[in-house]
Amino acid sequence: MTAIPQSGTYINFFEVKRGFMSWLVTADHKRIALLYFYAIMGFFIVAFGLGLVMRLELIAPGATILDPQTYNEVFTLHGVIMIFLFIIPGIPAIFGNFALPMLIGAPDVAFPKLNLISWYLYVLGGLLALSTLLFGDGPADTGWTFYAPYSVKTGTNVTVAVLAAFVLGFSSILTGLNFIVTMHQMRAPGMTWFKMPLFPWALYATAWIQVLATPIIGITLLMIVAERTLGLGLFDPALGGDPVLYQHLFWIYSHPAVYIMALPAMGIVSETIPVFVKKSIFGYKVIVYSSLAIAFIGYFVWGHHMFTSGMSGPARVIFSVLTFLVAIPSAIKVFNWVATLYKGAIDIKVPLLYALAFIFQFAIGGLTGLVVGALATDIHVHDTYFVVGHFHYVMFGGTGFAFFGALHFYYPKIWGRMYNLKWANIAFVIFFIGFNLVYFPMLVLGMMGMPRRYYDYLPEFTLPNLISTIGSWVLAIGLVIMIVNLINGRKGPKASTNPWQSVTLDWTHTQSPPTLYNFDETPQVERGPYDYRNYEQYLKEHNKN
Amino acid sequence: MSDTQNTHVTGYRFSILIWVDLLILTLLTIEVAQFDFQSLTVIVALVIATIKSYLVGTHFMHLKFENKFLKAVVIGVGVLFLAVLIVLFSDYLFY
Amino acid sequence: MTSTTLSHDVHPVHFDAYGKKLGMWIFLFTEVLLFGGLFLVYAAYRFLNHDAFHEGSAELNVVVGAINTVVLLTSSLTVAMSITALQRGDSKRAINLIMWTLILAGTFMFNKYYEWYTKWEHGLFPGMDHYKELPAGKAQFFNLYFFMTGLHAIHIIIGSILLMVIAFYIKKGTINQQRYTYLENGGLYWHLVDVIWIYLFPLFYLII
Repeated sequence: MTAIPQSGTYINFFEVKRGFMSWLVTADHKRIALLYFYAIMGFFIVAFGLGLVMRLELIAPGATILDPQTYNEVFTLHGVIMIFLFIIPGIPAIFGNFALPMLIGAPDVAFPKLNLISWYLYVLGGLLALSTLLFGDGPADTGWTFYAPYSVKTGTNVTVAVLAAFVLGFSSILTGLNFIVTMHQMRAPGMTWFKMPLFPWALYATAWIQVLATPIIGITLLMIVAERTLGLGLFDPALGGDPVLYQHLFWIYSHPAVYIMALPAMGIVSETIPVFVKKSIFGYKVIVYSSLAIAFIGYFVWGHHMFTSGMSGPARVIFSVLTFLVAIPSAIKVFNWVATLYKGAIDIKVPLLYALAFIFQFAIGGLTGLVVGALATDIHVHDTYFVVGHFHYVMFGGTGFAFFGALHFYYPKIWGRMYNLKWANIAFVIFFIGFNLVYFPMLVLGMMGMPRRYYDYLPEFTLPNLISTIGSWVLAIGLVIMIVNLINGRKGPKASTNPWQSVTLDWTHTQSPPTLYNFDETPQVERGPYDYRNYEQYLKEHNKN
Repeated sequence: MSDTQNTHVTGYRFSILIWVDLLILTLLTIEVAQFDFQSLTVIVALVIATIKSYLVGTHFMHLKFENKFLKAVVIGVGVLFLAVLIVLFSDYLFY
Repeated sequence: MTSTTLSHDVHPVHFDAYGKKLGMWIFLFTEVLLFGGLFLVYAAYRFLNHDAFHEGSAELNVVVGAINTVVLLTSSLTVAMSITALQRGDSKRAINLIMWTLILAGTFMFNKYYEWYTKWEHGLFPGMDHYKELPAGKAQFFNLYFFMTGLHAIHIIIGSILLMVIAFYIKKGTINQQRYTYLENGGLYWHLVDVIWIYLFPLFYLII
């Protein structure tokens, strides 16, 4: 504990060591979280830009700014970056890394060096993915799903793109492994499993999916590489292989991966709402169990991505039924959040706004999910813009909004400063309107029958597409205002250690920004995580300054 | 800085005994493979392999002396894999 | 080993043996599912190409496969015994037993090489003419054979390197009677590689 000075002054984790190198060799979970933050935001902005380019292409029928091949490459790269480099690592690697040890009263994660290695693997994977732009016949044009046999036949840089995904998967596995051991071994004295806050619980369920599902896609991608480079025609029907098996294997990972993206976001929402309602979360244990149930059932629903791929009849029915089952725990959470709001002392601040937007948009995403999860209706809307609208409502409207909510929530803890609340609200409103303008028309377009993944469309689809493209500009304006406001916030007024008046350890027992090992002494936990009875008294006794 | 690992020591002789069992089971699996049990042949081979893995897991990997949680998760992972296999075959079996 | 490649971070966390072992086990689960994906492919293709898999299997050398099984089982024994030795404070014997493990690993790899080489001589190697002419189904058997045993062989190599490093640290005294978790973890990895072979052997060599 050498870095912690005498009482009176404190040195925060930025000041412990200075210089660029000290960041590159750090093992501090908070610094690694920030390393992830800058890398992930960088990739997010690239992929966001690609999204704007696609929307611009689709502003009117016919080729406008992209040729068909480029369009295919752009949506593939957009998907690969957004999925593997933004949404999957986003919340766990940034906010999980930053807050998890503090939420459970630990000085760091269980394997700090492994944590840094995960970050380097992440960067390596990201650079590999971007490198596909630079050489050969251009980036992969297969879609982020890399479906065989096309991914085996195409001349574009699929091999490198697939290896990038493999490396990123490894990074994700190591993060999950680290978190599981951290939560098993490093909870503060008195913090029993059921006194653990819900964000760690969500990360725990997520971590198990990361560990148990990611290897399947790892090996599947290696099979694609083997087929492309060694000529092992593993998915070649002419050799007795089965391309549909590729889809099975791909989705055995990639459906649980949807919960890798969604569960941490749900954790953030469960973490934010009680703070701004000053009321214990409704049905704590039910939320915990529903997280675990989602993780478990989510493993067995992959086939609903393949209803039109030629699976057997019974398999399609089974997958459809299992899909309905997994909707139940998700819905339970929504009810719990709403019930928490009921009769609470609601204090509408930015993080809560994002959480409420999450509930609203996630509900739309979830309910449209039932439309595509039901066998009969899916046949109608499969491979249309309905699906694109649906998963953007879940991924962006859900996880994306939770991500930015978490950023606004933890901002004063991370940097010890406060951004301008008014501008944050304005940015949120524009962002929210922009988002719905982009994606709601897509649901309509899908119902009208517009297929996805084409650079062109029939003239009757023009109006909703135009609205969607205009929405993408609104969305971009909202994002820019948000980012500028957050950057300016670094010079904003000093934040108190607990500006939101939360009662969890990360706010009550640490400085803002926290010290190197978070706590001056190991906290003793007696209260439940969301115990807001007499919280003013409690905070007076425990808050840092 | 106390080291709290489980301190059970497996004796050399006991390890060798397990090894002999494993060799016998290997011989058995080769012998049994000569007979054609129709569709049961794979099952028999897999059952023997699983018994061997059980021996390696319990004794060489010291699972016998680990806590309940770890044992449960090891079994859980096996069950998860089996369940995935079964669900996957809902496609192939009825195709 | 909690100290010091990354200088300023001497963490105030005590050496957590169980935590490290738990981490290793979780890593092993990922390995199980990595091969698990391949076993799913195997199951599906064997189901689709039942007879062809029998024909393919008949072309593998059961004797070499059986010898390699015995070799690997024995190497598992020597690793298990080296842990016993270290727990009893006999680090010299522990290192010796790891050396035996490495020799056995070398034997396994030599047999594997011999096996693949004979296939290569018969033109039955990925990329060769005869291989490309394999009929449907049988081709899939050999694809999986090369992919799965190849991946397994890579794991043998990784495991051997791991054990070498561990032997080095035992010699240095960093891994010792009080702190043998790293040896235990290396052993866990080695046993897992063995367990995977326990399944690979009957599934490829013993389809009659």
